[in-house]
Amino acid sequence: MNTRGHGPTIGQRRAIWAWGFLALPIAFYVGVRFYPTIEAFYASFTNWNIVGRKDFIGLGNYLRIAHDPSFWKVMGNTFAYLGLGVSISLFLSFIVAYFLDKVRIGHGVLRALYFIPHLTTAVAMAWVWRWFYQPVPVGVFNVWLVELGLAQQPFLRSTEQALPAVLAPAIWAGIGFQIVIFLAGLKAIPRSYYEAAEIDGAGPWRILFEVTMPLLRPTIVFLVVTSSIAYLRIFDYVYAMTSGQGGPLDATKPLVLKIFETAFAHFDMGYAAAQTVILFVILLAISLAQLRLLRSR
Amino acid sequence: MAARMGRMGAWLGAILGMAVAWSGAARAQAVEIEYWQYTFTQRVEAIDELIKQFQMANPGIRVKHTHVPYDDFRVKIAAAIPAGQGPDVVQLFYGWLQDYLKAGLLQPLPADAFNPAEIEKEFFPIVQQMKLDGKYYALPTAVRSLALFWNKKLFEEAGLNPQNPPRTLDELIDMAKKLTKRSPAGDLLQAGIALDMGGQDHQWLREVLIRQFGGMPYSADKKTVAYANDAGAQALTWYTDLVTKHKVSQFGFLTDAQSAFKAGKAALTIDGSFRLGAFDGQRGLEYGVAELPAHQGVKSNFASYWVNGITPKATGAKRDAAVKFLKFITTPAAMELWLAKVGELPARVSVAEKDANKNNAKYGAFIRGLAYAYATDFVNESAQRKVMIDMVDQVVLKNTAPKQAVAMAAAEEQKVLDGFFKK
Repeated sequence: MNTRGHGPTIGQRRAIWAWGFLALPIAFYVGVRFYPTIEAFYASFTNWNIVGRKDFIGLGNYLRIAHDPSFWKVMGNTFAYLGLGVSISLFLSFIVAYFLDKVRIGHGVLRALYFIPHLTTAVAMAWVWRWFYQPVPVGVFNVWLVELGLAQQPFLRSTEQALPAVLAPAIWAGIGFQIVIFLAGLKAIPRSYYEAAEIDGAGPWRILFEVTMPLLRPTIVFLVVTSSIAYLRIFDYVYAMTSGQGGPLDATKPLVLKIFETAFAHFDMGYAAAQTVILFVILLAISLAQLRLLRSR
Repeated sequence: MAARMGRMGAWLGAILGMAVAWSGAARAQAVEIEYWQYTFTQRVEAIDELIKQFQMANPGIRVKHTHVPYDDFRVKIAAAIPAGQGPDVVQLFYGWLQDYLKAGLLQPLPADAFNPAEIEKEFFPIVQQMKLDGKYYALPTAVRSLALFWNKKLFEEAGLNPQNPPRTLDELIDMAKKLTKRSPAGDLLQAGIALDMGGQDHQWLREVLIRQFGGMPYSADKKTVAYANDAGAQALTWYTDLVTKHKVSQFGFLTDAQSAFKAGKAALTIDGSFRLGAFDGQRGLEYGVAELPAHQGVKSNFASYWVNGITPKATGAKRDAAVKFLKFITTPAAMELWLAKVGELPARVSVAEKDANKNNAKYGAFIRGLAYAYATDFVNESAQRKVMIDMVDQVVLKNTAPKQAVAMAAAEEQKVLDGFFKK
């Protein structure tokens, strides 16, 4: 042990150094993340128009949420983004990755092509898609529909079609990232498992469902969680494609846009903070579910 | 000898000390005040120019100009002033006055320097919204209004006189029909009029069309929504008929009204004077600006403006300096400079109505519109705009009867007003 009687031991010294290096990020996190988070929790119990005092109103904002039909409309939209976004994007990205894994020629080029949309600025892409959705003669989608002898669709100007229309470029951009992760997961499965399955006479479907899928589980869980969080927080595509309105008639407005509006257009900061707390609780629940799923492996 | 030198040194020291003290006093006399506005190139340049002139005329005062991105503007001011920092003179949107007063971010303008009777005589009547309990809290340099833009080339192509824009709503429909082009399959190639509820059309509908059909947007005390009646329904019907019945436009055509008009794909559009710069920058776009079309002999317009007020931070010498500066940036000369640099209309009637301004081919229509303009007393501009957008979408997308759509919108907007006034 400490035979010389003075000075810290090597172990203590290491700990001091470690904490020394950690001090800066910790201070940063406490100041820039935790403190505002706690402030937001407090603000959610107040009535605050950003220029005045914060008046404590207890659970007033949460009661208001319960009776605010526009909040529940927006919640419905948010979960529509989540459900459609996660399922469609994972399905498509798995199919692409599965076949891309089998392709040897042009593998790198194809992978890059799928990844490029992920690198593109969301707002720029959203605007391009906004033009795609225009009626004939401007919008390509409607031009194609008409050439195929089908009826034109209103897309962004329809309360039913607008949400999927906004979601499409978000999925398209997100897929590139998911494909790369799936490919890494597929590469990590040892060849010998497939060979063993083939020797045992398993067909391709059986191999897919009994070898590939179970071994991809950590990858799938990771992608479900990250994409869930991303779709729950969807904002930029909606903002750019609906001129910041989330219209028509709130058909595309997600929770984050409503929070943004409540805070920085209506300056109803307390109410916005309460909505943020609800979003936080949902995100927290998803993250905890992920931990549990990964541990029960 | 040494003693003499010492005495002389003491004298020298005393003189030097006095000189330093004097110059220090002189420096203390130079008052520095801060002016804040939001970042917008032309506005920033105009204020910089005004500050230069002001400092030349007032050597004892220095004005520090800070501009903040629009999105952070309110937040920063709200944080700075209660902390005893930030601006002495601040620019704010007229619709924010109530909130600013509630939060104690403004002090009343001294009546000896800003005589209310004089203000009312010299400024456009909309400025009276800045008066509370007989005291003025802020004054504008410039105001803005709406006008009808028309594309002269497209008029010519359609066989219309390019010098003759529509003067009434009925003429507007007739001309728009001639100016609309569709493909054989019925696809819109050129809009007679570009419509954009997210742009200026909600103001047109609220303050102009509703009044022209015999209604009023709000009650006289501004606390009750007043368009849930036949006049409101008729105004809404007239507006939505442009798309559904007369088919001279399409919502979202080329994404928004200004893009469609700029691209030469829409013959008419309604917009503000702040759009002149964008349209002037478009090569090959030959346009004219006319007053908003009248209906049943009624003319109306919507005006809005940014004002300058003095914050509680300015006390003593700083307050005097702030008053001087505020007076300076609301002089006729400052307004002329603002018109030339920013393209916003002078807030003083005498400056705006100078022949050179009133008959200007571009600004003239906006200035003439100010004479009969209303500035909406918004309590929450974005929420109230959304009510109007949704009202139109209800009719166009959901086939809701206009009468029911105005009733729904009025109920929704009343909630917004109630939420504000009961606080």
